[in-house]
Amino acid sequence: MSAAQPTTATPMIALAGVRKRYNIGQPNEAEVLHGVGLQLAAGEFAALIGPSGSGKSTLLNILGLLERPTDGSYRIEGEEMVGLDDAGLTLRRRRTLGFVFQFHHLLPAFSALENVTLPALMREGRVGPAAQERARALLDAVGLGAAMHKRPGELSGGMQQRVAIARALVLSPPLVLADEPTGNLDRQSSDEVFGLLRRMHAELNTAFLIVTHDPRLAARCDRVIELVDGRIEHDGPAAATAA
Amino acid sequence: MLNWLGFERRVALRFLREGRMQTLLIIIGVAAGVAVVAYISALISGLQANTLTKTLGAQAHLTIKAPQDEVAPARAPAAGVTALTLTQPRAQRLRTITNWQAMLPLLEAMPEVAAVSPMVSGAALALRGEASKSIALMGVDLDRYDRIIGLRSKVVAGSARLGPGEAILGRELADDLGVRVGDRVALTTGTGTGAGATGSSTAAGVSDSVRVTALVDLGVRDLNRRTVIVPLRAAQSLLGLPGGATVLDLTLVDVWAAQELAERLRRQFPGEIESWQQANAQLVSALNAQSVSTGLIRAVVMVVVVLGIASVLVVSVVQKQREIGILRAMGATQGQMLRVFLLQGAVVGGIGSLLGVLLASALVWAFVTFVRGSDGLPLFHITLHPGMALRIAALATLCGIAAAVAPARRAAALDPAQAIRL
Repeated sequence: MSAAQPTTATPMIALAGVRKRYNIGQPNEAEVLHGVGLQLAAGEFAALIGPSGSGKSTLLNILGLLERPTDGSYRIEGEEMVGLDDAGLTLRRRRTLGFVFQFHHLLPAFSALENVTLPALMREGRVGPAAQERARALLDAVGLGAAMHKRPGELSGGMQQRVAIARALVLSPPLVLADEPTGNLDRQSSDEVFGLLRRMHAELNTAFLIVTHDPRLAARCDRVIELVDGRIEHDGPAAATAA
Repeated sequence: MLNWLGFERRVALRFLREGRMQTLLIIIGVAAGVAVVAYISALISGLQANTLTKTLGAQAHLTIKAPQDEVAPARAPAAGVTALTLTQPRAQRLRTITNWQAMLPLLEAMPEVAAVSPMVSGAALALRGEASKSIALMGVDLDRYDRIIGLRSKVVAGSARLGPGEAILGRELADDLGVRVGDRVALTTGTGTGAGATGSSTAAGVSDSVRVTALVDLGVRDLNRRTVIVPLRAAQSLLGLPGGATVLDLTLVDVWAAQELAERLRRQFPGEIESWQQANAQLVSALNAQSVSTGLIRAVVMVVVVLGIASVLVVSVVQKQREIGILRAMGATQGQMLRVFLLQGAVVGGIGSLLGVLLASALVWAFVTFVRGSDGLPLFHITLHPGMALRIAALATLCGIAAAVAPARRAAALDPAQAIRL
């Protein structure tokens, strides 16, 4: 396993010795992650790759505070997450993380603009002018300024994923976790969405960790982390991994 | 607090709007349930009020009578001796309430008491020509007695007036005796100590001749057939109780306070004190049975409403697992998700209640307008009091919230990672 990118300050996220076991005490007990260690600095643009069943989704869920590790330590901006209760994890998730899912997961009853303003509504109880302006600006930036009042059902898959990206970025989280964000799109849409992620990263300096099966896209990331059988096999610049 | 529940409110309303057919159906269900409960409540309370008005229209809410004559206890047997005693009850004579004049102001000063009326009543005969009818002779102060049973409103012929030598008769008795307003009737009693203003005392009893000033319908044919009302003083003379009163009739501000007041008065005054509930035990029992049955029907309907709302919301939680997972992943707390579904219950319950109350009002209007007795008049009057409607609507809304508790807890407890994968 190669070393992670050198960091000078406190890393954005830091996993150490993270294990995840399911069905503990049952005959079908299984360990999916075997002592994973990983650091991600603020503003990084990294890909997490690996074959199916390697533990990518589990690792992403742990990084996204949706699952708890069985063992090990997980720090976000230096604060230990292991041991926080559900409310603590939820508030930390709200403050720090943005999510982009494979199937966009927009709420069908809300328009594109409303989907993007949902995180602000959730946090403040209302959508203030600043949040509204930010959401409009993001939708403009992802090329959906004219479609912001449409429902997800009225948008194409690529457009929906662009709305999901705008939603993930609306509260300016320091880290966006994207689970196969192009996995459900055709090649052209996939390139557009990935280009958009890169552009947002360049404009906002938000860290991105993108789970992908597509080596072509992984090669366009700054750093590639390869997970095999619950262990990190490679971690380094994209060019080095490709080589 | 404009922001209060802003997120929860928005999401709850959108979820309800999204499943509009389900939402509409359950709102109709709640409205139907509330309408049934409100309409039955109005109907039963109207029916009970009507029954009470008819029953209490011809009687006092509370009566105080003179104590009965009792047999003096036999001499106690000597120690060690067992005695078998046979006691024959005494025949009861007409007795006056001791010191009733002093009791009147005391009773009238009580806040629960609306009116007090002294009465002398006893058995007598009414004679006219060859007709002789056994009657219940009642001597009253007309103004006071009017406040007890509303006598003036029951006059069907003549005008209620009770001067010396005047009497008011029940309608059927007048028919039996063949008298009309203005005719004279002879009254005679078996005992007496003297003559009335226009009467005479004989060895057989006391007689008096009275002029009929009015005929009344007391609402009960049997009462109409034997009631003769005369001035208090005339009855005192005829029944041999000069200055006496055999009964004090009380009307109360709240009829349902009669039982409690009767128990309190028993501790203060001698005599037999009887509430209308004791005098009409079977009626009270029937009313209670009616109230219990109505309560049961209401409870069952409310349970059905609760189950209906709960089942729809459970389905909604299952259908929206992924959305719940997304919201949780985006940072919605368990409390926020709980409140989203509780709010849905409250909205469904609230709107359903409002529609239910409107529907019940329409049913009440239809009953009053279209349901008539054989005489063409409304069977009885019913109204849906705003207070009752408000209570039922509030209860149904609370039921809506209660029904949402289980689905809401289920939604809040969903594992976001699993929910997103679904």
